[in-house]
Amino acid sequence: MRLLSFSGRNAKEILRDPLNLGFGLGFPLILILLLSAIQANVPVSLFEIENLAPGITVFGLSFMTLFSATLIAKDRESALLQRLYTTPLTASDFIFGYALPILPIAIAQSIICYIAAILLGLPITINIIYALIFIIPVALFFIAAGLLCGSVFTSKQVGGICGALLTNLTAWLSGIWFDLELVGGAFKKIANLLPFVHAVELEKAVLNGNYSDIFPHLYWVLGYMGAAVLFAIMLFLRQMKKQ
Amino acid sequence: MEAIKAEGLTKKYKDITAVDRLDLKVMQGELFSLLGVNGAGKTTTIKMLSCLTKPTSGDAKLLENSIITNESNVKRIIGVSPQETAVAPNLTVKENLELMCGIHGLSKKKRKAKTDELADQFDLKQMLKRKAGKLSGGWQRRLSIAMALISEPKILFLDEPTLGLDVLARRELWDIINSLKGKVTIILTTHYMEEAEALSDRIGIMKNGKLLALGTVDDLKRKANTDKFEDAFIAIVKEDSK
Repeated sequence: MRLLSFSGRNAKEILRDPLNLGFGLGFPLILILLLSAIQANVPVSLFEIENLAPGITVFGLSFMTLFSATLIAKDRESALLQRLYTTPLTASDFIFGYALPILPIAIAQSIICYIAAILLGLPITINIIYALIFIIPVALFFIAAGLLCGSVFTSKQVGGICGALLTNLTAWLSGIWFDLELVGGAFKKIANLLPFVHAVELEKAVLNGNYSDIFPHLYWVLGYMGAAVLFAIMLFLRQMKKQ
Repeated sequence: MEAIKAEGLTKKYKDITAVDRLDLKVMQGELFSLLGVNGAGKTTTIKMLSCLTKPTSGDAKLLENSIITNESNVKRIIGVSPQETAVAPNLTVKENLELMCGIHGLSKKKRKAKTDELADQFDLKQMLKRKAGKLSGGWQRRLSIAMALISEPKILFLDEPTLGLDVLARRELWDIINSLKGKVTIILTTHYMEEAEALSDRIGIMKNGKLLALGTVDDLKRKANTDKFEDAFIAIVKEDSK
């Protein structure tokens, strides 16, 4: 009951912000349409819908970090959290209450991306369902990163770090826009040490039915997800104590 | 019966002592004000009593429940309206009230009854569908206090409830606070002398984390040998500086 009330409130706060809807749902859709239009005129294998859809889906999830971090940072600044800390809500109510409502939003966003991809020619197969299942750990990574950033940064800092830095990192270091092989060297090595390219490769492998190719990308994603969740819980509890 | 009994309550932040061995008794149904200049330790005292921050030493019991060993019981009997506005801005007034109902585990039936009752009491009925973030400062404070009363707390903490409000909004909030007197124990912090004077049964004057004086308005005026409460406050605070 307590958790439901709190998570319901958080979902409403996110969904009632027109900027969230615009960026979270509109931006990935515009990108998928734009890049498909480019592909139609100048064919590039990277922008074929089977490769593009998983990339844009992962990129879209980077906005979940912005949503969760902004919500928590604003709550901290407005003293709403202070009020709620004096109620019977427990630490786990807070953590799940912030994380859980964003997961369905993330999945809904991924569904919308794949529906757009189907309209642009992606064949309808069971693999789309599997791709939506495998997107969950990726979504959890981004949501936990938001919990982490929201616990540490102010809402202004969150805008810069999650809104600009993280979305750009996800874009540039994931191999969505260009093949990392083309750059190579340190850039490729750094990209391979981060989770973004692995999340995209994992989704590509699942969507295209190449199940043997999901490893080691799944390990990378699960590892980063576990670490992000752990650090997010630690830092949230730390700021809770600081109150 | 005592609603609050603090003994040796102390809070230190590194080498700064925010609250220094505070001993305090507040009776049930009393409206007790903590008065002091900036940095006196009023908000830190409220934060400790409402389990927001742990004391460095000492303890306080709220209706026999220790803030250190019985935190969850304390949280069930208190309501807090923090210094800054603490409402969910994208939720309507009604949804804010319902949020607090849900967090305190009220049944659906009771949730509606409580929301209606508080909307009526705080004159919020015509505002129920408006987003809290769009309300004026005075209405947000009203809502904030109403949210603190959802759980029918035995002890209500109001941290500078009228800070930054215009005269009219302040007077309206005074009426609301006055209407709560006797029904619930209220701990109020304020900077405004006239507010403490108009509302309080007893007043505690704090400075540098210490409780300098304690009593009714008349007690404090007698103690400082002045006719005006503001003069009494200044005299007591200045006396300590000597």
